[in-house]
Amino acid sequence: MIQTMIIIARESKNNFLFLGYMLALLVVADTTMVNASPEKTAMSEQRRAQGEYLARVGNCLGCHTAKGGRPFAGGHRLITSFGTFITPNITPDKETGLGSWREEDFWKAMHEGKSRDGKLLYPAFPYTEYTKVTRTDANLIFAYLQSIPAVSQSNPPHEIRFPYNSRPLLYLWRALFFKQGVYEPDPSKSDEWNRGAYLVQGLGHCNACHIARNVLGAIQEDTVGGGQIMGSNWYAPSLTSRREAGSMHWTIEEIIELLSSGVSQRAMTSGPMGTVVRQSLQYLSQDDLRAMAVYLKSLLESNAQPEVNYPEMPENVRKYLAQGEKLYKKYCEECHGITGQGASGIYPALAGNRSVTMTIPTNVIRSVLNGGYPPTTAANPRPYGMPPFQQIIRDEEVAQVVSFIRNAWGNRGSLVSAIDVGQSRGSSH
Amino acid sequence: MKHFIFIILLFFTSLAKAAEALSVNVPDTLAERVKACAICHGAEDRHSRDAYYPRIAGKLEGYLFNQLRHFRDGRRYYQPMAILLENMSDEYLQEIARYFAALDLPYPSPESVTLLPSEANLAEKLVYSGDLKRNIPACSACHGKNLMGTAPFVPGLLGLHSTYLTAQLGGWHSGGLIRGKIANCMADIAKQLTYEEINAVSKWLTTQPVSGKPANQLSPEMAQRCASIVSENGDAR
Repeated sequence: MIQTMIIIARESKNNFLFLGYMLALLVVADTTMVNASPEKTAMSEQRRAQGEYLARVGNCLGCHTAKGGRPFAGGHRLITSFGTFITPNITPDKETGLGSWREEDFWKAMHEGKSRDGKLLYPAFPYTEYTKVTRTDANLIFAYLQSIPAVSQSNPPHEIRFPYNSRPLLYLWRALFFKQGVYEPDPSKSDEWNRGAYLVQGLGHCNACHIARNVLGAIQEDTVGGGQIMGSNWYAPSLTSRREAGSMHWTIEEIIELLSSGVSQRAMTSGPMGTVVRQSLQYLSQDDLRAMAVYLKSLLESNAQPEVNYPEMPENVRKYLAQGEKLYKKYCEECHGITGQGASGIYPALAGNRSVTMTIPTNVIRSVLNGGYPPTTAANPRPYGMPPFQQIIRDEEVAQVVSFIRNAWGNRGSLVSAIDVGQSRGSSH
Repeated sequence: MKHFIFIILLFFTSLAKAAEALSVNVPDTLAERVKACAICHGAEDRHSRDAYYPRIAGKLEGYLFNQLRHFRDGRRYYQPMAILLENMSDEYLQEIARYFAALDLPYPSPESVTLLPSEANLAEKLVYSGDLKRNIPACSACHGKNLMGTAPFVPGLLGLHSTYLTAQLGGWHSGGLIRGKIANCMADIAKQLTYEEINAVSKWLTTQPVSGKPANQLSPEMAQRCASIVSENGDAR
């Protein structure tokens, strides 16, 4: 506009005419300002911020971004037992993204699990959980997704194996396993509890991992009872078992600390859960974190097992464990301590650590093989880490040391073999 | 009274001891935080079994930072690195890069490998003159006259094991998993090399003594040719 004025000023020989131009421009400028009322802009900005927050809670970015790729442009490969799903571009690009979608289309996807053209979506998109999201929240997320930069990126088609590649089969699957409906608050519980349940069961889609699935990939029960994560050699521990990741005996503060920072006094998030903390949970408001914690703590204990009195260990088992103890002293003791006590919030204690003693030993084996760092978060920006021991010790030795820590300092767990170790490999994440 | 004070003192000493046993004492340093790296990139030289792991102490900060992000974001592939870095922020990776860049550790004496005179000639020609007919620049054109690298992103080539060097050049050459994912000038150059040349250059480089500092700047011609490396620094996550 300044350029225009300069051109006008140069060309106008008549000062009066120039003044006229200027006045006209001023009037035009004035009406433009009236049209974009500040309240309206502020409101759409507020809606955008709310939508951005909800998209964080739902961690849309986590699946809809390829490793090192453009945010929300899709292309992430979700490996499942039915084949590989390649996530779509959800930026507002007209050709390759959601540019021509309307609010109604987005609602249909979230709530009914149907694409814009009515095609049934594969439940790799967790509409089985998102169906609980309210219309208001879905609209806000859509408003946000429409406001981000459009990225032109077409992603390759899914690589789904026969017979799962037949979409009509989805009708059957849905009839059996999909219950459509927004979350209904339980009037006997507090608002806080209901908010937590809404986040955990709906938008947060914790069930997508923390649940056992049947051979058809459907959730077996409606509780966060733990399960193998599809396409990944990680076990998502049960949130309803005191022996796994149940938090019925934790304080609300400690649950909040673990979810928001990735580490707490006695626990540490790693693997896929670390990623969820980095991408999503660390951005949650204190109120929402508290609500989730209140809900998680209230979950009833499933399959509470009585304390078992273990028999005396036979001589050959003790010998096997002594081998593991030697390795422990050499490689692990410096950080995890003589009595497996660890260093709070830095190196996890192994004594009494549920990830170490869980029936399914996958996670503890993976931790020894691959090491790792908890996620960097605002509350824990410079985490301490563990080396990938597969670089220097053999599978037999990993088995010995894991068997030892599962049975030292009051821990009790099954022995682990080199075969178990081998089976825990073979996943890239 | 003395007896009483003694008992009090004894009480506090044992309390302190008990507290010590409760938690491992962990120094609040970056050195402690990156202990996980030392299992492979140890301070001590490892010629035999672990010859593959490259030295990272004293490498350029910009180079190290780029590599850390490449491993994390899948542009350079090595599974153990990818898993370790998966959930790390750019800020933390930058700090780690700065830490290793500033580490001033003595270099081991050059690796002793059998290098035939014909191999040495071939290598020296490529290192210092390149092969203009095939559009292969001299290594020294980018990696510095003394081959100690060029700030901020181009790494030095000395003090590395031949196994590592061969694997990197081979990776670019074949467009394989390790390096083939990054399309840049180095990949283009390595694709032109024969296996014979890759072997000769790797072996020759590993026999050279390490001395000197990295160069300050690429020539305009090479900066343009390797623009993708120079601009790598801007990649947002």
